[in-house]
Amino acid sequence: MNAVDVQGVAKRYARVWALRDITFQIARGELVCLFGPNGSGKSTLLRILATLSRPTRGSAHAVGHSLQTEGDLVRSRIGFLGHRPQVYAELSAVENLRFAAVMYGRQAARPDLRRAVEAVGLGAVADVPVRGYSQGMVQRLALARATLHDPELLLLDEPFNALDAQGLDIMDRLLDRFAESDRTVLLATHWLDRVEGRASRVLALAAGRLVSDGPFAAAAPDRATRQGAR
Amino acid sequence: MTAQDWRRAWAVAWKDLVSERRGKTAFNAMAFFAAIVVIVFGLALGPDRPSFVAGEETLLQYLAPGLFWIAVFFAGVLAVARSFASEIEGGTLDTLRLYPGDRRALCVGKIVANCALLIVLEIALLPMVAVLYSVDLWSRLPSLMGVALLATVGFATVGTLFAAMTATLRAREVLLPVLLFPMLVPLVLAAVKATTLVLRGDMMGELAVWITLLVAFDLVFLVVGTLTFEYVLDD
Amino acid sequence: MDAARIGGVAGVAAIPVLAAGLYLGLAWAPPDAMMGNVQRIMYVHFPSWIATAIGYVVALVGSGGYLARRSPRFDWLAHAGVEVGVLFNVSGLVTGSIWGRPTWGVWWTWDPRLTTTAIMLIIFTGYLLVRAFIEDSETRARVAAVVAIVGFLNVPIVYLSVRWWRTLHQIQSSPETVAPEMVVALRVMMGAFALLAVFLVARRYELARLEAAAEAAEDRVDG
Repeated sequence: MNAVDVQGVAKRYARVWALRDITFQIARGELVCLFGPNGSGKSTLLRILATLSRPTRGSAHAVGHSLQTEGDLVRSRIGFLGHRPQVYAELSAVENLRFAAVMYGRQAARPDLRRAVEAVGLGAVADVPVRGYSQGMVQRLALARATLHDPELLLLDEPFNALDAQGLDIMDRLLDRFAESDRTVLLATHWLDRVEGRASRVLALAAGRLVSDGPFAAAAPDRATRQGAR
Repeated sequence: MTAQDWRRAWAVAWKDLVSERRGKTAFNAMAFFAAIVVIVFGLALGPDRPSFVAGEETLLQYLAPGLFWIAVFFAGVLAVARSFASEIEGGTLDTLRLYPGDRRALCVGKIVANCALLIVLEIALLPMVAVLYSVDLWSRLPSLMGVALLATVGFATVGTLFAAMTATLRAREVLLPVLLFPMLVPLVLAAVKATTLVLRGDMMGELAVWITLLVAFDLVFLVVGTLTFEYVLDD
Repeated sequence: MDAARIGGVAGVAAIPVLAAGLYLGLAWAPPDAMMGNVQRIMYVHFPSWIATAIGYVVALVGSGGYLARRSPRFDWLAHAGVEVGVLFNVSGLVTGSIWGRPTWGVWWTWDPRLTTTAIMLIIFTGYLLVRAFIEDSETRARVAAVVAIVGFLNVPIVYLSVRWWRTLHQIQSSPETVAPEMVVALRVMMGAFALLAVFLVARRYELARLEAAAEAAEDRVDG
């Protein structure tokens, strides 16, 4: 059973086709990179897989369930990290994670939450409202929130952008952990360098279409593209 | 809704109220706006204008229940609008939609938070109305609070639904009141009538009718609102 | 169920019925004992409400259908229903107001039926307004459907509340001393307006369908 199964998915929003005829599968345990310039539809695709958006056409399945008809079954097993901060500015790190834990239907014992906060290097500011955090700190907290419920499938939209050096380390370790425990990751980025060596393949999007699905070299043969120069 | 869903609803309400208490910006603006409405009405209608109605000496005293509710509902529109606008600004509306469980939990949580905010506003506004319009509210306070609670629940329910609906739209500041106020007509009538009867005495036993209407309105829209909420929140 | 055919049949049928009704109402039926010829506006006023009801009920069905099935056809139906409903809602209010002036001496009273229909008009005009502000067709259909359903459910509550609100005051409702000829004329006009409403809804539905098809063709070309 595939972790992700997308068949002929298309998404139209206000007369614009953001995605057209997208078909691919991702097996369990794979780490796949979603590559493409701005406006190519990466975020739209990730949002559909996260059940935040419905496809206009086609069908999409994740962790064995239909996203269109069984969305609720999927949500507790998927983690999503988007562009926006996704955390509450007036609450502290611990309070944010406690909220997320309750919303995911999980136990929210104080020690566990503190450990999660410390794991992303925010132990010192665990009880300080997020309003005072730097962008890197916010992103680290968002990462903790997205993985709090041990998702089987992790969807990351440009996670490296807002991360500071400490955050990048944490992300590396997280991706390692996910690889070891047979969890699936779909990661959208134009920093191919960061995922080279980890990602088993690259899905390249251009203007809403899937233009290639294969190894790294096929998607971005030149060094400049891999370093996100475009 | 399961037990976990109720816990979710409570978490959403708690989160909203704590954020509001720490941020303070929205509530203060709301309260200030309501106060201004009360004052402006006082100025516009004139404190000494006689009402020509037995038992009430001035026009302001006569109109006080209606004016109070106008101030509360206008400020209330700000409150419900803000409860979703803040989620959109912070990027957290999507996050709320990521969580599993019954969507009604989100709706109920927001309704509870908005209701609580409005009740605090009303508690602050009542003394102001009592003083500025020379109305005796103190002797009827328990009944008054009962009516206010029923009316506030109704407002929070319909307001939260329509605020969610308009939160992502372009002209939401205009659309929300335009859509919301026609829906609130029965509530406005019942709230003002019931308040008037509580303050002036209910000689013909009409109060029961208006309380029934308030309760019925609350129940109908709690059910309908929570059921349609998921369609509003969808994409 | 071909909308074009339904519209065609209704439209063709409406013409003779409307002609007959107008003749019966304006020429054949006697003038009212108390109000004289002014009362003849009733032959347009009451049927307007039949047409309004048809419009809004169709809108309710379309809205519910859309939320259940997510098919654009239901959205076209809902939109058509509201537009037609609003049209006849306005004609009902205007004819009522015109009738009221010589009869009661005022252009407007806050009586339960008038007030409720005025609020109904505001609610459904709000529906059209909301539609104008949403560009994405699916979001628009979904949000509009909720507005229509919630609005429709509120109408009886509004009516009850306004009725209770006004019972202590004098209700100025028109006394109906209706001669049998008037009933006949009225029934014919109601039938005519019903057919007219169906015709307009069907035509509007077709228009929406063609617009959507044109958009789809454009999008395919843009590729």
